[in-house]
Amino acid sequence: MWAMIVKEFRQLRRDRRTLAMMIVLPVILLIVFGYAASFDVSKIPTVAAGPQAAALVHSLGKPFDLVAAAPDEGRAWAQTQLRNNTNGADVAVITGSGPTQVLIDGSQLFSARTALGALAAVQEKALAERASGSPVQRPQVTVLYNPELKTSYIMIPGLCGVILVFIGTIITSLGVVRERQTGTLEQLAVMPLRPRDVFLGKITPYFTVACLDLAIVLAIGVAVFGVPFRGSYAVFGLGALLFLFVTLGLGVLISSVSENQGQAIQLSVMVMLPQVLLSGLIFPLTSIAVGVRWISYILPLTYFNEISRGVMLRAEPIGPLWQPFVFLALLGLIVFTLASLRFRSFLAPAAPRRGRGPAPAGPQPAGAEAVQEAGAGAGTVPAATGPAAPAGQAGQSGAAGPAGQTGPGSAGSGR
Amino acid sequence: MTGSSPAAGPSPGDRAGRAATASPEWWGTEEASVRYGDKLALDHVTFRAVPGRISAVVGGDGAGRTTLLRCLAGAHAVSSGQVRLPVALRIGYLPAGSGIYPDLSVDENLAFRATAYQLPAAAARERSGELLERAGLASARGRLAGQLSGGMRQKLGVIAAMLHRPDLLVLDEPTTGVDPVSRADLWWLITRAAADGAAVVLATSYLDEAERATDVLALDAGRELAAGTPEEIVAAMPGTLRASDARPEGEAGQRAWRRGGRWRIWDPPVPPGQPGPAAGRAAGQPGRVLAPDLQDAVTVAILARELAAAQAGNGQPEGGDPR
Repeated sequence: MWAMIVKEFRQLRRDRRTLAMMIVLPVILLIVFGYAASFDVSKIPTVAAGPQAAALVHSLGKPFDLVAAAPDEGRAWAQTQLRNNTNGADVAVITGSGPTQVLIDGSQLFSARTALGALAAVQEKALAERASGSPVQRPQVTVLYNPELKTSYIMIPGLCGVILVFIGTIITSLGVVRERQTGTLEQLAVMPLRPRDVFLGKITPYFTVACLDLAIVLAIGVAVFGVPFRGSYAVFGLGALLFLFVTLGLGVLISSVSENQGQAIQLSVMVMLPQVLLSGLIFPLTSIAVGVRWISYILPLTYFNEISRGVMLRAEPIGPLWQPFVFLALLGLIVFTLASLRFRSFLAPAAPRRGRGPAPAGPQPAGAEAVQEAGAGAGTVPAATGPAAPAGQAGQSGAAGPAGQTGPGSAGSGR
Repeated sequence: MTGSSPAAGPSPGDRAGRAATASPEWWGTEEASVRYGDKLALDHVTFRAVPGRISAVVGGDGAGRTTLLRCLAGAHAVSSGQVRLPVALRIGYLPAGSGIYPDLSVDENLAFRATAYQLPAAAARERSGELLERAGLASARGRLAGQLSGGMRQKLGVIAAMLHRPDLLVLDEPTTGVDPVSRADLWWLITRAAADGAAVVLATSYLDEAERATDVLALDAGRELAAGTPEEIVAAMPGTLRASDARPEGEAGQRAWRRGGRWRIWDPPVPPGQPGPAAGRAAGQPGRVLAPDLQDAVTVAILARELAAAQAGNGQPEGGDPR
């Protein structure tokens, strides 16, 4: 048994990634569940429309937090504020002609529930205080977008995002790293295909499947669970496209730094877990401690959630959604650029970039000769004009050092 | 194919034709070196693969065979020196891992290769059908490549590499771990590719197999050890060879290795001016003198290099123990 224990520890020590995961994952979970995992809403952004509405909101006290007031506006303005989630508004108080109205955004499930509870408490208190006096004027409370406060209404738009993360990141990373594991990567690297062709050829099927999956989930959500789709399909589609862009890029990025499918899954889980927990999918963003909340804002799913819930439930147009769109596009650009750069070196781990830095020791930089000579090739190949490296590999960013020699089999062993 | 050593025999390419544009009739490397960090995997190796001929690259582990083949396939750039290769479209490559997708069928693997190498569908079907038939794989066309035996998979790998009739066919250990029958099929395919006009380069660890090649390059620790036709390499072996039932005592034991059930002892040539001709010394020793084959000649070349290095006071020789 002792031999087994020692062997296992030795192997574990070599497998740095598993070791890191064993240490990092508990820490992440501790942070998430310690600081972030909370359904308690302590602050509800509230807007006030109409005369004295602001004062009324102040008098309600906690958890209502006045974020905007418009004494000259009415219900239409208030509703737009909720629909567009301006200043994160979840509740609107409207005064003026007739009884006081309270609008609650049902697409923010936990805020809405807390608001309803808090309003009821306020009324009870008022009733108790004025027990002998004049009757209390009851405000008209309306829950918008999700009047029955159904969990499925907010989960299914979010689930669309999770499915895209799942396919985009996990399945894609597995598919790409499989080339390395089966030893076909080297074959692929010398084939007359441009890295761009390989890259796009590799992710297109996953893209297609992800789109199909998205459509299926949406259809089931609407048909079976009765989730409304009130907004524009085009806006939703554009958001999904941008989001898919980010997740596919993440998948390729993960695979390019993974040796095998096991490592790819490990990394994917580490990328996916925070997205599920911190993106506002389950726990409301406002409940997440500020020290951890910044993580939420670098996660693509956070933005896709805003878009999908906004469009599906509140029929939010693209204008007020510009922020999540811009952030998704930015994230996509960063991740995709990194991914395609890494992919090039992944495809040709050992090909030094031509023309980089000083010429290697020797009479001439490698490859230069072949360019001259190839045209005078062995008669049988009049078209032989390519450089020494396959045409597609020119200018690749691979490193010539041993670090780049990570392919399976004998790469780097110098047999 | 030629080597850079003076011992190398005549080559189809003119030796003076090292200039860039002369002698276009070959693909290969000129004084190519490949460095991995501070390790020199290839050290100024000159290698020429000639259309219609089969060149075998032999050597022990760490000799630089795979590195040289990767350079020839375009999978690796040289750190210094030159390579002359056809365009990627005209190279066929079998990497050490066979390069076959285990989760695709035989036909699907070949179809992928044909499309990537821009082969017309009809021509690809005809050619793959013919090659599969000859290699005994016709009945396995619908099977997943992952379910094939090692030998069948290697045959499929070679067929895939030569499917598009490349000008340069680079095969990394096509016959390693393959049964004799499949090996015969593989050699038929290899010979066929050469007959079709391809310059075929194959790495092998079997020296008996290398004897079937037209040209041989032996590598050791990244450097050229011997080059030429098998006959030329055998003829160029210095000194004499003896066979003995027991390992000799003393200094001669360092020049002995076991082959089969017996020991081979190499006696280096005696430099002029020193007493006793080599034959005389050998005659005074046990064992009988025998005619070397390629395996002996390559082993002797490694041994000679090690002994020279040891005598030069360079400490331990770099190469692996040939015994």
